[in-house]
Amino acid sequence: MEKFTIHARAKATLSGKSANAITGVVASGNLEILFERKGDSLDVTVDVMTASHGYQPVWEAVIKDFVERVSPGGMHIAIHDNGARPDTVLLRLMQGARLMEAQS
Amino acid sequence: MIPENVMNEPSWYESSARARINGLLDADSFSEILGPVDRVMSPHLALFDLPPAFDDGMIIGRGSIDGRSVAVAAQEGQFMGGTFAEVSGAKLVGLLRAVARSAGTPQAVSTVFLLLDTGGVRLQEANAGEMAVSETIRAILDVRKAGVPVVALIGGRAGAFGGGGLVTACCSHIIISEQGRISVSGPEVIETNKGVEEFDSRDRALVWRVTGGRSRVLLGGADAYVKGDIASFRKSAAQVSNSVPSFSLQTLEQEQERLEQRLQAYGGCRDTPEIWTIAGLPTPDGIADLTEDEFIRLLAKEGIRHDAR
Repeated sequence: MEKFTIHARAKATLSGKSANAITGVVASGNLEILFERKGDSLDVTVDVMTASHGYQPVWEAVIKDFVERVSPGGMHIAIHDNGARPDTVLLRLMQGARLMEAQS
Repeated sequence: MIPENVMNEPSWYESSARARINGLLDADSFSEILGPVDRVMSPHLALFDLPPAFDDGMIIGRGSIDGRSVAVAAQEGQFMGGTFAEVSGAKLVGLLRAVARSAGTPQAVSTVFLLLDTGGVRLQEANAGEMAVSETIRAILDVRKAGVPVVALIGGRAGAFGGGGLVTACCSHIIISEQGRISVSGPEVIETNKGVEEFDSRDRALVWRVTGGRSRVLLGGADAYVKGDIASFRKSAAQVSNSVPSFSLQTLEQEQERLEQRLQAYGGCRDTPEIWTIAGLPTPDGIADLTEDEFIRLLAKEGIRHDAR
């Protein structure tokens, strides 16, 4: 298992009222992502725990893409990965952001 | 062919544990206990270089069905095969004990729903898992003794095997779909120990014919049969409350007698069609080929023979 934290800076904070949200399951080829709102900062932190070794540069690329698309400022994101492909990771990140943007 | 009204419904089998809870309970009524943010996770998986889950694959809490207050626990069958383990087991046992303790108080719930989806004990923490199964069984019996029905909903991808099969059998009422399976030793375990001539675990038709929902409900190992969509599970769950027999010595003695008779009648059978032939069912070879509506009609005609419930 590999653990690392990726820091990024978003252009804007993520809208919405949800304090936290979870999406996905730690199944084979899948991952779970927990979003938590940490104030109005533009900082984004992503804690990754992954069963696959040696893919940190790929994770950094996927998260850079996600931050550019969604601007999830103020999010603390924690990931438990069990060998998901990059497209699945991006899909789950987008799902999580959508849940956080809920207005109630 | 899948009927249209089922095709467009979310499937219990395909859904995650969280999606099942959301579909089972009244909208927005679920209040989770020890949710993902609390990070109550397995301390053992890191030793095996395995990623944990924020909820350890066990989601517990309270909510309502048609306005009635209920407690609910759901296993995520896709995480580690939906296992019984130290943390997931403690969450389930804690919920059940709280229900037993609150019976008769203003915090009481009307029913407990267990959305089991499990291959049994988690091998990486097997001793704790075995303990969790036995503590769960004790806690379920205490809840039933306190007068609160415990209802198992079985239709997940992992089925209800190993300790999960035992836990299911201890519930007051079991709702199952065609995809649901209940057994103690799983097909692979039987094949490994007794050989492929005894049980071919790769023969999917055989596995479902023996352990699947249709056989279980015909034999009395389940009390209600539903189509595999979430709405059907919810409808059946909403109707359960008052149809549960009393948890008494007399009920158990009657059941023991029924099981002895069952063993006598069918003990020599090698496969389910032989059982259905002796039982006098029409089309004993074609039970699996009936449509859902045809099977439900057959079941209504035959009646359900209860197991200790």
